[in-house]
Amino acid sequence: MRSRRVTGLLLLAVLLVVVCLASIAIGAKAIPLDHVWSALFSPTGTEDDVVVRSLRIPRTVLGLLAGAALGLAGALMQGHTRNPLADPGLLGVNAGAAFLVVIGIHVFGISSLTGYVWFAFAGALAASVAVFLLGSTGRAGATPVTLAVAGAAVSALLFGLTSAVILTDVRTLDAYRFWNVGSLAGREPAIAAQVAPFLLVGVLIALATAPALNALSLGDDVAKSLGHSVTRTRVLGVIAITLLAGSATAACGPIAFLGLIVPHVVRSFTGPDHRWLLPASALSGAVLLLTADVVGRVVARPGELQVGIVLALIGAPFFIALVRRKRLAQL
Amino acid sequence: MTATVEEPGRRVPGLVPGRDPLRVGRFSGVWRPRTIVVMVATAAVLVVGAALNIGRGEFPIGVGDVLATLFGGGGPAEQFIVLDLRLPRTLTGALVGGALGVSGAILQALARNPLAAPDIIGITMGASAAAVGVIVLGSGAGAFAVIASSVGLPVAALLGGLVTATLIYLLAWRKGVQGFRLVLVGIGMNAILYALVNWLLIAAQVYEAARAQVWLNGSLNARGWEHVVPVGIALAILVPVALVLAHLLGALQYNDDTARSLGVRVDGARTALLAVAVGLAAIATASAGPIAFVALVSPQIAQRIVGSPRPPIGASLLIGATLVVLSDLLARTAFGSAELPVGVVTAVLGAPYLLYLLVRHGREARV
Repeated sequence: MRSRRVTGLLLLAVLLVVVCLASIAIGAKAIPLDHVWSALFSPTGTEDDVVVRSLRIPRTVLGLLAGAALGLAGALMQGHTRNPLADPGLLGVNAGAAFLVVIGIHVFGISSLTGYVWFAFAGALAASVAVFLLGSTGRAGATPVTLAVAGAAVSALLFGLTSAVILTDVRTLDAYRFWNVGSLAGREPAIAAQVAPFLLVGVLIALATAPALNALSLGDDVAKSLGHSVTRTRVLGVIAITLLAGSATAACGPIAFLGLIVPHVVRSFTGPDHRWLLPASALSGAVLLLTADVVGRVVARPGELQVGIVLALIGAPFFIALVRRKRLAQL
Repeated sequence: MTATVEEPGRRVPGLVPGRDPLRVGRFSGVWRPRTIVVMVATAAVLVVGAALNIGRGEFPIGVGDVLATLFGGGGPAEQFIVLDLRLPRTLTGALVGGALGVSGAILQALARNPLAAPDIIGITMGASAAAVGVIVLGSGAGAFAVIASSVGLPVAALLGGLVTATLIYLLAWRKGVQGFRLVLVGIGMNAILYALVNWLLIAAQVYEAARAQVWLNGSLNARGWEHVVPVGIALAILVPVALVLAHLLGALQYNDDTARSLGVRVDGARTALLAVAVGLAAIATASAGPIAFVALVSPQIAQRIVGSPRPPIGASLLIGATLVVLSDLLARTAFGSAELPVGVVTAVLGAPYLLYLLVRHGREARV
């Protein structure tokens, strides 16, 4: 098992480097690898250097951050709700972000991507706090089932309100439908810088709670008897998920599905141990998101297909094939 | 067995601890007064809500008059307005809501997961992708447009739902159907179809996108008897089948070996139950668009009010119907002259109620 995990992680790291280079080299203008190299380490101000340094690298960095965040958030979410169907959006992050973005467009007339970021982030935070409070009011506190049901209910409520706004205002619908598919295109470097600190804190909390999350997966009572504070672990988990998924959504729009499938893929070689599962999910998330982004640039030349769409179109068949395998790694 | 037990239709206290058995001839069950009280109360709310919804309009009619007309009274004007013009809309809503409630209850019990519903395992999305395809591509030129506009939205949606369900079933088949695998394959399929819908929405002109958005939210506008009949027939056939098969859900809660040793043909039972759930969801989506959240929330509400170990089918049916009818009433009244699609309101109405139940009970409900 251990050698499989190490091999898997190494393979992921290699893949990540390859995909990053591909993401810098491939696009509307193909740039040969030696030019990429010189643009990275000895820029001379040629056209290729400008494209690489001001467009491709920021985009790749954003993809790395968002992919890793969503993969990690997905693994955390499935671990905390002990539900294989949970995705980072289940805490209401996507629904909350979408709702406040729509309010931002409709009420305040915001129309720039940089303007959406704070609305999306605030919405994601508020929604997940609400879900956690509602899900933990019972005697038993926040249990997997109450969290999942509360998340589904709050998300549906917010999506309903979002629909009510965009149905009555075609202009808002027009702006919203492009935000809503999730994309790495056209994001200024400032956006990645805006969300990066939150993301970093999220990653640190997530990795620090991995051992406690392992104990929680044995059931709340066992975890308690092993000396873990269930409430503290869960609160930290929710904070990490919100920071990770919230900043990814704020930067790129809702990217569905990534956080859901990545943990299932990763579990097939790490097993259920979160100390391995979490880092591997972060790496896989980044690889998958960047791959989808690169494919999206290639398939619809001269235009682009949004990463959210590509992700589902290439990720889902792969996921189905994985699910069809004989032994399915359970939570 | 004592003689009293054999007596038909007689309640016999005390044979099952805490639960009274009820026997009618060869059939037996557990006497659950709470279920019956809940169902009667929900039915009453449904009838009053339906009457209110029918009474509303440019020519307002009181609840009493509506009820009288429904049961054969009233003048010719009222009869025409109530029976010919307004009843089909409300009836479509109630039937669609009921179908979605039952479909969700079966899927949640089969997958043993409160998040399972036709919405998330791709059936509804298959219907949506077909319908949005017809809306967006149907107005263009070429062979597809001709086919698309001649098939019509409901049929396209129904076909989309059924084809998707068949695909999911075939892809999930590995020497048998397993609930967990089926749901995961469904989620994958859902993602593909969702991406297709989004791509179509981006490729479309903004007004087509708006029209598609209205359909995607589920709407009961301009529904006539021709919409009521197909759903009505589907429910009349599939709901009794679901009720008959419901007892199998109890055994399927355990693992496959236990269920087999209890005498259940696991694969056959699952396939039959799935077919019923899919049929109901596809028909409902074809009639009114993908009315969100009803299939997920109705069984959860029903389970919590009734206090049963898994989503109850009868109560889910009534609660689904009531939720859609009340949502339609709210969608038509609360926003002045603007009528919202009913699907927007189901979530706004159903979600807080589910949250209230969750907070009030505050205990872990198992599916």
